[in-house]
Amino acid sequence: MRGVRVVRGVGAVRLLAAAGLLLGAAVAPAAADSPSPDASSSSSSDKDGAPTTAGTSFRTATEIEQGEKATASGSTGDYLYWSFPADLGQRPTVKATVKLPESAKRGTAQTWRVDVYDGLRRRQACQYGAQTRTIAPEASSADLTCVLRTVRGWAEPWADDPLPGTYYVRLTAVSVGSADLGLPASAEVEADSKDIGGSAAVDGSLGKPLIPGIAVTSEAEEEKDSAVLSSFDPNDGWSSGWWTDRWIWTAVGGVLAALAGIGGYALTRGGGRPRGIPPRG
Amino acid sequence: MITRQRLAAGVCALLAALATGLAVPSGAAADETADQDAPKVDLVLDVSGSMRAKDIDGGSRMAAAKQAFNEVLDATPEEVRLGIRTLGADYPGDNRKEGCKDTAQLYPVGPLDRTEAKTAVATLSPTGWTPIGPALLKAADDLDGGNGSKRIVLISDGEDTCAPLDPCEVAREIAAKGIGLTIDTLGLVPDVKLNRQLSCIAEATGGTYTSVEHRDQLTDKVNQLVDRAADPVVTPVAVEGASVCSSAPALKSGLFTDREEFAKHRYYKVDVPPGKELRASVSVSADRAVGPDYGVSLRALTTHGREIVRGEATGTGRTDVLSTGLRYPKAESEDDEETPETVCLEVANSFSPASGVKTTPGLPLELTVDVVDGADGAGDVAAFGLGRGWWLLGALVLVGFLAGLLWGWVSRWRVAVWRSN
Repeated sequence: MRGVRVVRGVGAVRLLAAAGLLLGAAVAPAAADSPSPDASSSSSSDKDGAPTTAGTSFRTATEIEQGEKATASGSTGDYLYWSFPADLGQRPTVKATVKLPESAKRGTAQTWRVDVYDGLRRRQACQYGAQTRTIAPEASSADLTCVLRTVRGWAEPWADDPLPGTYYVRLTAVSVGSADLGLPASAEVEADSKDIGGSAAVDGSLGKPLIPGIAVTSEAEEEKDSAVLSSFDPNDGWSSGWWTDRWIWTAVGGVLAALAGIGGYALTRGGGRPRGIPPRG
Repeated sequence: MITRQRLAAGVCALLAALATGLAVPSGAAADETADQDAPKVDLVLDVSGSMRAKDIDGGSRMAAAKQAFNEVLDATPEEVRLGIRTLGADYPGDNRKEGCKDTAQLYPVGPLDRTEAKTAVATLSPTGWTPIGPALLKAADDLDGGNGSKRIVLISDGEDTCAPLDPCEVAREIAAKGIGLTIDTLGLVPDVKLNRQLSCIAEATGGTYTSVEHRDQLTDKVNQLVDRAADPVVTPVAVEGASVCSSAPALKSGLFTDREEFAKHRYYKVDVPPGKELRASVSVSADRAVGPDYGVSLRALTTHGREIVRGEATGTGRTDVLSTGLRYPKAESEDDEETPETVCLEVANSFSPASGVKTTPGLPLELTVDVVDGADGAGDVAAFGLGRGWWLLGALVLVGFLAGLLWGWVSRWRVAVWRSN
């Protein structure tokens, strides 16, 4: 009897592990591909395909993918905009580098800042990283960083937690002398993210990711030429939110609890038959 | 046991199929094409007397501009309708009144004939005054009509010499009447006053200002601006918000633009059916000199004035826009009632004008409205109420163990009782 019971326990472990694996295999690909922007025109990207321009407003923001290093040349005083997609469970980090050539010509120090906004154009707080830096007249570059909070699957409407969807990056000189306005400046921007996993898995999910103009684009047939606010595909590539490693933790916990139960039960049985009971037969 | 394993595997497969099925996109809907006209660009070139100065890479400013124009004309994308306007090209005299009217269309905005345009550019020689304001007004007329993007590229080497018409205010007025018109400016002289004036013009319309010192820099920048005009951009629809919700315009999903005066608010109405979610974001542009601290708020109210949710933003320092947004998921109704709820959107700003700045027209406001499928609310903090971490495992193991013990004791006791009977 006891032997059979133990085998059954092991079988149950295997089954649960298999269930976890299967579920993982089925859902993980959906979480893995990040939504990619439409290929931009050849004139605005370099040979690696990374964009070499920046937009000048939310409407015209240049779309980049995560891990792609976008560059842009502009002028001091320009407002440079990029946008990238971020999915749930990711903690995006935006890194920007400002380069100012011919430092000798600048008269005063400039302060540059990188701001990140979500798909609702709400400013998103940076957990850490130097969001603002002042460039002295003799210096020629500055590195800015903004580490966002983890993107959650759902939040109450009254909260401004980061949600899956489009994120905007704005890079600009927030304080600059008028003599330095219009001088050339170049910038590099890269958005990356760290996968936080199940510890940030919350309940609930959005009907659609926070992509501006999504109601209009999902109505109209997808057409390459027509302008859209944000071309990240609202349907494809976003995590369904079903998969989280909490399934494994909970399942493994259940199995362990069952095993512990069997162990506890076995303890009460002792080594052999209970005392005081005469052998059968 | 084997049967059980199969059953469990079947359940797993079903779960997996369910999960992938949910991840598969649902088909797109009706086909509806938003036709957009060709983008239009008007290059406005300063041909005032000062363009004779030889300070750009050893050549005259005019020569640099001509060379840049030639290269830009070669590189202009097919779809762009390009025109060229000059200012100060014809009147060499001293009469200020005459000089300030001196702006002419050198090449009309339309399909580009490169040879013709180049010939026209070649005839230019530096002559008169610098009437930037009037030239901008005329350039805006050149671009009139159509719903494509419109861009003016102003290349100048000197401040406007035709006060009191402030080109900055002219730019703001142009932006207020024409939808989607942007003015980019290029200065050919590093000069603080010129910087201030040209960047003021650019900021009034959401354009950029560049101070150019080299010939190839000029070519690159103008090319970049013309290319930018060719990029398709969503054109917002002009609406006029009301000061009370009852008379506010009803909006559907889309991008809208309006003007909002300093420290005033505007109302719009949106119908949100049950089970749908309203997403709205608003950007208020600081298109002129404003006080150093400012704010914007967007509130969703019921028709009775009760606040549902709000978005707020504050800022300080130099900025182009200040924006905020909100989400309002309307709950599924119990009694199958499909009547949409009318939500009032109140947009307010607390920008203050810097001293001596005109307060009319109001600040440009951009409103994005999306009514999408509603969210699945959360029944628990964690995903599906599942647990995670070593504490969970510990607790489960402990409880399981205690349960096992208890079960064992109870059954032993029962066996003992049964035996003794």
